[in-house]
Amino acid sequence: MQTIINLFRNNIREYGMIIALVFITALFWVLTDGITFKPLNLTNLILQNGFILVLAIGMVLVIITGNIDLSVGSVVAFVGAIAGVLMINNNVPVWLAIILSILVGALIGVWQGFWIAYVGIPSFIVTLAGMLIFRGLTLYLLDGKSLAPFPDSFGKLSSGFLPDIGAGDFHLLSIILSILLSLVLIYLEFSKRKTQIHYNFEVLPLWITVTKLGILVLVINWFTYQLALNKGIPVVLVIVIALIAIYTFIMKNTVMGRHIYATGGNQKAADLSGVKTKRVVFWVFVNNGVIAGLAGLMFAARLNSATPAAGNMLELDAIAAVFIGGASMSGGVGTIIGAIVGGLVMGVMNNGMSLIGIGIDWQQAIKGMVLLLAVGFDVYNKKRAGK
Amino acid sequence: MSEYILEMRNITKTFPGVKALDHVNLKVEKGEIHSLVGENGAGKSTLMKVLSGVYPSGSYDGSIYFEGEECNFKDIKQSEGVGIVIIHQELALSPFLSIAENIFLGNERQSHNIIKWQDTFSESKKLLERVGLKESPETAVSDIGVGKQQLVEIAKALSKKVKLLILDEPTASLNETDSENLLKLLLELKKQGITSILISHKLNEVAAISDSITILRDGQTIETFGAKEEKALDDRIIKGMVGRELTSRYPERVPQIGETIFEVKNWNVYHPQHHDRKIIDNVNIHIRRGEIVGIAGLMGAGRTELAMSIFGKTYGKKITGSLYKDGKEIQANTVSEAIRNGLAYVSEDRKTYGLNLIDDIKRNTTLSNLKRISKNTVIDENKEITEAQFLREKLNIKTPSLEQLAGNLSGGNQQKIVLSKWIFTEPDILILDEPTRGIDVGAKFEIYSQINDLAAEGLGVLVISSELPEVLGLSDRIYVMNEGRITGELDRTEADQENVMRYMTGSGGANLANDN
Repeated sequence: MQTIINLFRNNIREYGMIIALVFITALFWVLTDGITFKPLNLTNLILQNGFILVLAIGMVLVIITGNIDLSVGSVVAFVGAIAGVLMINNNVPVWLAIILSILVGALIGVWQGFWIAYVGIPSFIVTLAGMLIFRGLTLYLLDGKSLAPFPDSFGKLSSGFLPDIGAGDFHLLSIILSILLSLVLIYLEFSKRKTQIHYNFEVLPLWITVTKLGILVLVINWFTYQLALNKGIPVVLVIVIALIAIYTFIMKNTVMGRHIYATGGNQKAADLSGVKTKRVVFWVFVNNGVIAGLAGLMFAARLNSATPAAGNMLELDAIAAVFIGGASMSGGVGTIIGAIVGGLVMGVMNNGMSLIGIGIDWQQAIKGMVLLLAVGFDVYNKKRAGK
Repeated sequence: MSEYILEMRNITKTFPGVKALDHVNLKVEKGEIHSLVGENGAGKSTLMKVLSGVYPSGSYDGSIYFEGEECNFKDIKQSEGVGIVIIHQELALSPFLSIAENIFLGNERQSHNIIKWQDTFSESKKLLERVGLKESPETAVSDIGVGKQQLVEIAKALSKKVKLLILDEPTASLNETDSENLLKLLLELKKQGITSILISHKLNEVAAISDSITILRDGQTIETFGAKEEKALDDRIIKGMVGRELTSRYPERVPQIGETIFEVKNWNVYHPQHHDRKIIDNVNIHIRRGEIVGIAGLMGAGRTELAMSIFGKTYGKKITGSLYKDGKEIQANTVSEAIRNGLAYVSEDRKTYGLNLIDDIKRNTTLSNLKRISKNTVIDENKEITEAQFLREKLNIKTPSLEQLAGNLSGGNQQKIVLSKWIFTEPDILILDEPTRGIDVGAKFEIYSQINDLAAEGLGVLVISSELPEVLGLSDRIYVMNEGRITGELDRTEADQENVMRYMTGSGGANLANDN
């Protein structure tokens, strides 16, 4: 019992967030008489929130370095507009337009990263300027009007599903993938455990590991089964999961990830340890440009149009997700999984509140309160731990 | 026997899991200078926080009597109200406000919330005269040195009609001259009837000005005794602090000195902002394998600037000169280049430049040489734990686990992490800048032993220190710096406090001990 309590106490940040997510999900399950868990709604949940999750992944890196990026909403719109101009006005092939659009996102990252990392202008200022600049350029590009519709193949990016194999009432490929994913997770956990035992490190009791894995596998498979009852796994989910896997690996296991945390934790010390902190900050912003570009494409594909108002306030959703997920304003702290959980908290609330008919006015206010309470809870825990 | 101005009786303070203070008694006579000594973690700061109301009445057991009255302070404001003022090691001044504004911060000369500038400045001026600081009250605090800032803090205390002044490590970041002036000021204030409590690791200061001394160890009072009667003062204090007799403050060592490993030739560095100000002026130094070379100098002599300009040009502009390792010229234009060439630099300020305080021990240890634990830039976490564990044991870093955040450790343990971090880079030349600043006697001894071990392994070690006994006790050879120049080079056998001090001040034969 003591182990569980300790485990919980040491990870209160992460577990607290997951418990909050479970609680909120359960709350809406009750409030909506179970509609939130219907296959159709789960699919919608992913389609609606995919790009926020993507943005949160890029944003958490920026915030870990101790910076902020206020421009992503405008970049989303700008890249969407570029894609629209290329595909709709100029008939550029979809694949080429996608590459060019993401390249534009990267260039925006280069532009902002240059001012922040090498000139030394605070990121708040640079990206606030970027927010205005790219919104303005979007209006100019689109001449204040919407461009629609995109070619069909482009729409797949946000509303497509994995193809099915075989016939039947449900989507077989999804089930197979979910079982595969489960097996991979189980394998990873146990091989990690094995090496830890090999090195004589402390490991958690076996039953805790098994229970943890069991719950995770159950959730994954149940979730996919629900999706399979509808149309299967959306392309958006594949993109999100791939990004989670890649970025979690980078942040946890690579030198680059370590350098990002070190830069945010104490830039001067990192400098004197041989970390090229300016370069780190620069590339984190380039990365965020690429991510915002990708989100811009997903957003445009979902609306099936490029509009001047696209992505308005989206940066604030992404930033809120990151902070709900336990990142620290002063840098050095935060995780990809945390940001995703934070994004899901926002997403489930958006979805659930819409379903029970809460107006946009109260939705905003309630989300604001949740952000405040989540970070307040975090600060309170830190203070208690510090004593 | 004069009366006690302060009596703290049976103070017990517990934190979850730790008894920080255990029935501590402290009696301070009116008008005396009372030193409070003890290793880091002995409970000195906690005791002072209890006294000043940072830990409010009720959060501890025991009683406090000030001028015969029992006190139950709820906060600092109340303790200041009766005349107890504490000056912390990290100064609490607002850098962009003027001296006068700082002196009256929170205590403004005002009528109806409108500041009376005339009063503020004229009273500041009087206070500055009392502490002997010749600066205009309108000068911004960021424009004066640490030594002067310390005086501003004292002036601020005086403005609050202080009766009992508590100074926590006041000279930790001061040079010898400033330290001496500060101690003289304390004696001056004593004449004016102000009682002081001095917390210090520097035993010579304690010996020089204390009337009585209280020793704390592991949260308990060991003893209180008069300082003037005691002859073998240092020994008694050290014995009381560590609970054992330290035969020597510097571990024994037989140097085995080899070939020259590192040379700096014709090194010139200019100020990073004022490009016409030369900070390092044609310095030539060399270090041999297995040798510990000390650099002595007053604050502002350019020692840190020299070290940092060598280490990846992290300080200064228009750097000229050349570096040689094993006789071959090397380039070290960036930190990573310097590390690759086997240079390591342990900064004088471990919190700002040494550690990521919000990260754990193992990640701090490996940061400078992640290559050693990674393959194709992917980190092997198991290897990391093994390596960090090895160094933790080697350096005797006292923590429950490797996952402990660096910020939660004591100064001595933090310094050991910084050291282990640089040992992890497997350097050939190790530059240590104030390696024992602000850490206790026991941890100092351990760090000295590590330095000796590293030299014995064949590294060339360069030690910068403001504490002359340390430079003399550790080094095989000493360079002395003054105003950016090397003014002397002394062998271990010929160096003593006086001749080193003479080179440090750049004033040939004059005897400085009696100066100013």
